[in-house]
Amino acid sequence: RTYATASDPNYVNIVEVGPRDGLQNETAVIPPALKAELITRLGRAGMNTIEAGSFVSPKWVPQMEGTDEVLRQMEHLQGVHYPVLVPNMKGLDALLALLSTENPPVSRPQHAAPPLPPAQPLTDEIALFTAATDAFCQANTNCTVAESLARLAPVAARARASGLRVRGYVSVVVVCPYTGRVRAEEVRDVARALLDMGCYEVSLGDTVGAGTPADIRALLETVMGGAQGVGPAQLAGHFHDTYGAGVANMFAALELGLRTFDASVGGLGGCPYSPGATGNVATEDVLYALRGHGGGAGGGRRYSAAGDLDALAEIGAWISGRLGRRNESRAGKAIMARKERERLEKERER
Amino acid sequence: MFSHRTAARVLCPRLRRGAISPRTYATASDPNYVNIVEVGPRDGLQNENAVIPPALKAELITRLGRAGMKMIEAGSFVSPKWVPQMEGTDEVLRQMEHLQGVHYPVLVPNMKGLDALLALLSTENPPVSRPQHAAPPLPPAPPLTDEIALFTAATDAFCQANTNCTVAESLARLAPVAARARASGLRVRGYVSVVVVCPYTGRVRAEEVRDVARALLDMGCYEVSLGDTVGAGTPADIRALLETVMGGAQGVGPAQLAVRMLVGSGHFHDTYGAGVANMFAALELGLRTFDASVGGLGGCPYSPGATGNVATEDVLYALRGHGGGAGGARRYSAAGDLDALAEIGAWISGRLGRRNESRAGKAIMAWKK
Repeated sequence: RTYATASDPNYVNIVEVGPRDGLQNETAVIPPALKAELITRLGRAGMNTIEAGSFVSPKWVPQMEGTDEVLRQMEHLQGVHYPVLVPNMKGLDALLALLSTENPPVSRPQHAAPPLPPAQPLTDEIALFTAATDAFCQANTNCTVAESLARLAPVAARARASGLRVRGYVSVVVVCPYTGRVRAEEVRDVARALLDMGCYEVSLGDTVGAGTPADIRALLETVMGGAQGVGPAQLAGHFHDTYGAGVANMFAALELGLRTFDASVGGLGGCPYSPGATGNVATEDVLYALRGHGGGAGGGRRYSAAGDLDALAEIGAWISGRLGRRNESRAGKAIMARKERERLEKERER
Repeated sequence: MFSHRTAARVLCPRLRRGAISPRTYATASDPNYVNIVEVGPRDGLQNENAVIPPALKAELITRLGRAGMKMIEAGSFVSPKWVPQMEGTDEVLRQMEHLQGVHYPVLVPNMKGLDALLALLSTENPPVSRPQHAAPPLPPAPPLTDEIALFTAATDAFCQANTNCTVAESLARLAPVAARARASGLRVRGYVSVVVVCPYTGRVRAEEVRDVARALLDMGCYEVSLGDTVGAGTPADIRALLETVMGGAQGVGPAQLAVRMLVGSGHFHDTYGAGVANMFAALELGLRTFDASVGGLGGCPYSPGATGNVATEDVLYALRGHGGGAGGARRYSAAGDLDALAEIGAWISGRLGRRNESRAGKAIMAWKK
């Protein structure tokens, strides 16, 4: 497992979105127990932020049914965050109710043994979603961006008052499938609004994966520029690999100072707008590209990030098998192929 | 929940009903013009399981030419005992369409291969004598090819495994081949394998790559393509490699270099997904030529499902951006009709019975459905 200090300017945070954004965009629906196992494995593979699920109606997103079960069954590691998507106040109600039943206040008589440290909360973080264009917002949540922000602000406030962190997500930051190229100023304004309502960070999503490094550069220069600009420490890149530019886009963002990127083990999560096309960039590919061959020995300057690449490659292969879909991680497949070669060589030696 | 048709119009503006897909023209004097060398028909096919007949290879090359590619590897004069996929290269050269101004390099491993090529060229282009009173002679047919490709490697171990000699011996054998080819009017392009990681010896010293590239240029290559054969490089590696290769008194200029990304050839199938990112690292250092393969052709014959070459469609998409470059920040330009290339990638993948490994290609084809 690679350990890196957060004070290292070349340390990169990877937010693992496979169990939520990934699974949500796969056709197969897997039971809560399997989702919980995925999250447990990812935690043991060293991921520090792992999306755990979504409190959204199963009518809309059947893949996210049973998120409460997942939260109960999965392993919770100290220091790891497990954000849960909350679309509205109703979803937050459900989450807070769940959290209070799982962590009831305990009163102990004076003479009893010192109380056990409180069990880890099922989660300490929620995710709020909006978009950069009204058209996309309308299609997904039946309201404009302004209405969406107005609805989310009280949700953010209540979540924070309950001790939860709030992460914001903006969809379609480069190209909107309904209206085309998106103005970077609009992305900046939405990101600013999310931060103002209490999000600690805003993840900028190239939802259709149409962005290229030049687009990312132009987008970030605007989002981070001027009096209303947002600092790089408050931004994350959520780049889809639909056109093959996901990893290249990450490097463009790294050069502009971003240090947090969303990725999905095995490249889980196809693109709903290009059936059959890839979606999320793969965690294994991201980690490999950041650290380089051999985990960073020799060669030029490298970035560091948490995560056991071999273990993640195993997880990507395993979950792909369970979902009956192709492993979309190139580095993951390469590592599994290498492990297979090594295994065969060992057998030959016997 | 949303209209696929609306989304399609936006995501693929060229697909608007009635619109003709334009070919992108770019001037070579544009500092942001990028040359793509299409290696699908040679390096791509060479590393695919299926063996396809010369007629199909010729059709692939013809389609690629019509899709605007300016350099298209056409085949290899290597013994079919070693590379069955390259059998019939002479037939391919005869059957394929030759477009004016397009180069069709052919891999030549040694003097014997050059002999065979020169023999073929002389039979196809016999000198013609015409009586004075006859109509003015037709312009000579374009030669079957005007370019050869010579290969070597950055490490002795890799060279030994592939050509049974050291790098120094390899260079010594290739120098006369280059000289004879040039004397016969052919251009010579040089290729160096394993420039980042060698599957036998590990990390490769950039100084060795520089020295081999220098030797290839000195023997007459107009350009040297640096191949990350196992695809293990990341942007930091490419940067470090190029800074050394281009640095110092023995440094090679960026205009004489190309990068071949993510190649998974022979039994090396470790391709880690950083190809396009690596290209941008090289672009920033001044390189303007990259090798790519339509549909990402060129998997590993020994490891089904492993990817190989970076896909031409993905490279073109990443360079030009969405909508072919309208709006947004500074972009690169390159020749090539992306829609047509996506069609070719899908078509040849179907004919080979393998998965289309181009992400941009698949995304474009998904919208066309």
